[in-house]
Amino acid sequence: MSRYNRHIILSEIGQAGQDKISNSKVLVIGAGGLGCPVLQYLTAAGVGTVGIVDFDVVDISNLQRQVLYGTSTLGKNKAEAAKKRLEDLNDEISIIAYAEKLTHKNAVNLFQQYDIIVDGTDNFETRYLVNDASIITNKPLVFGAIYKFEGQVSVFNYKNGPSYRCLFPNPPEKGSVANCSKIGVLGVLPGIIGAMQANEVLKIILELGNTLSGKLLCYNALTLQNSTLKIHRSDETIQSVLKDKENFHKKEIDINCEIEVTTVSIEAIISKNNIQFIDVREAHEQPKIEGLEVTNVPLSKLENNLDKLDSAKKKAIFCQSGIRSKRAVELLQKLDIQNCYSVNEGASEIKIIIKEHHKMLSNER
Amino acid sequence: MHITIKYFGQIAEVTQTEEESLEFSGSLVSELLETLHSKYNTLKNKDFQVVQNQELISIETKLTGDDIALLPPFAGG
Repeated sequence: MSRYNRHIILSEIGQAGQDKISNSKVLVIGAGGLGCPVLQYLTAAGVGTVGIVDFDVVDISNLQRQVLYGTSTLGKNKAEAAKKRLEDLNDEISIIAYAEKLTHKNAVNLFQQYDIIVDGTDNFETRYLVNDASIITNKPLVFGAIYKFEGQVSVFNYKNGPSYRCLFPNPPEKGSVANCSKIGVLGVLPGIIGAMQANEVLKIILELGNTLSGKLLCYNALTLQNSTLKIHRSDETIQSVLKDKENFHKKEIDINCEIEVTTVSIEAIISKNNIQFIDVREAHEQPKIEGLEVTNVPLSKLENNLDKLDSAKKKAIFCQSGIRSKRAVELLQKLDIQNCYSVNEGASEIKIIIKEHHKMLSNER
Repeated sequence: MHITIKYFGQIAEVTQTEEESLEFSGSLVSELLETLHSKYNTLKNKDFQVVQNQELISIETKLTGDDIALLPPFAGG
């Protein structure tokens, strides 16, 4: 009996459908929580060529959800370890491991060698890179992403449908969204979302049913509430990616998940000595802060004004909303400047809190 | 108008609820967002898109009374 018998006896698939699967080439970016189930099902289904991109190595904390690995593969490269496991699952297909980082330099060339791209990455920078390279190479992209107990699935760049940028035009400001796998995740969740991605891939190959193109499926593992939201294609957004195609390979991504920004509330530090308050807003921005000694260094000029920082003091950095101050702290930490804190409150709130603080002090007198 | 608002992911952590209903007299999605921003102080630090009646919309859209949802991007994989 043939390996693919249970596919072939489905009238919707048959031998012709199974041949389509065998002739297809799918590239999976990231062999982690999402990548593992995607790879497992696509390999089992007999996808003719499976590519795996992952530069990372297997860590014991991965085993809770990354089901292709075990204690024997700890410390091994994930793309290589996955290939070894998958070759045992199916030795009739071709599995190619790319034990390297996906970059703007290698993405386009790599994507051109495949029919469908699967996004199983774990950070925004690479997700936008994958999306843009899919637009440039005109390949369908099967997207999946997770957060704690919730998942999102969609199909982008397929039959003139929307792309990830039509949903979220730009990456969130750094520091505004937890970016790496440090936040917990229910182990089975990437299994569910990854299996849904594998299902979308097979539907595209087989031209069966309806795909999630133009739709975002939102799944909540705790409430079992599913929402399917409509997304519209923005030609303008897609054109702007294509317009910049010539420069694409020169771009660089900068993933700094390792830096943790320490934040502090203004009330906790307002009456302390030995603190330098630094305003990283541009000179024209309002309101100005009164009743507090403030050093003004706009974020855009911070790197060239390091001499304004008082190395003997703790540095409390603020801006209009708390986002630029986080970026400033990240920047200073990268430059090895210690004792930097991002103030949670924005300038307007700080102004009010300081006013009240001074009122309170004068009442006490 | 009576509006039900759903919150996904990190947004539900800011609001401490996944769903709420409120009476609202404004007519635009942007006005509703202003109300939510003043109700939830840290919402302004979050990235999200707005969904009305299961469809992604711009914030200049008129409120129809259908369900609204605030949808943040997820990075995890």
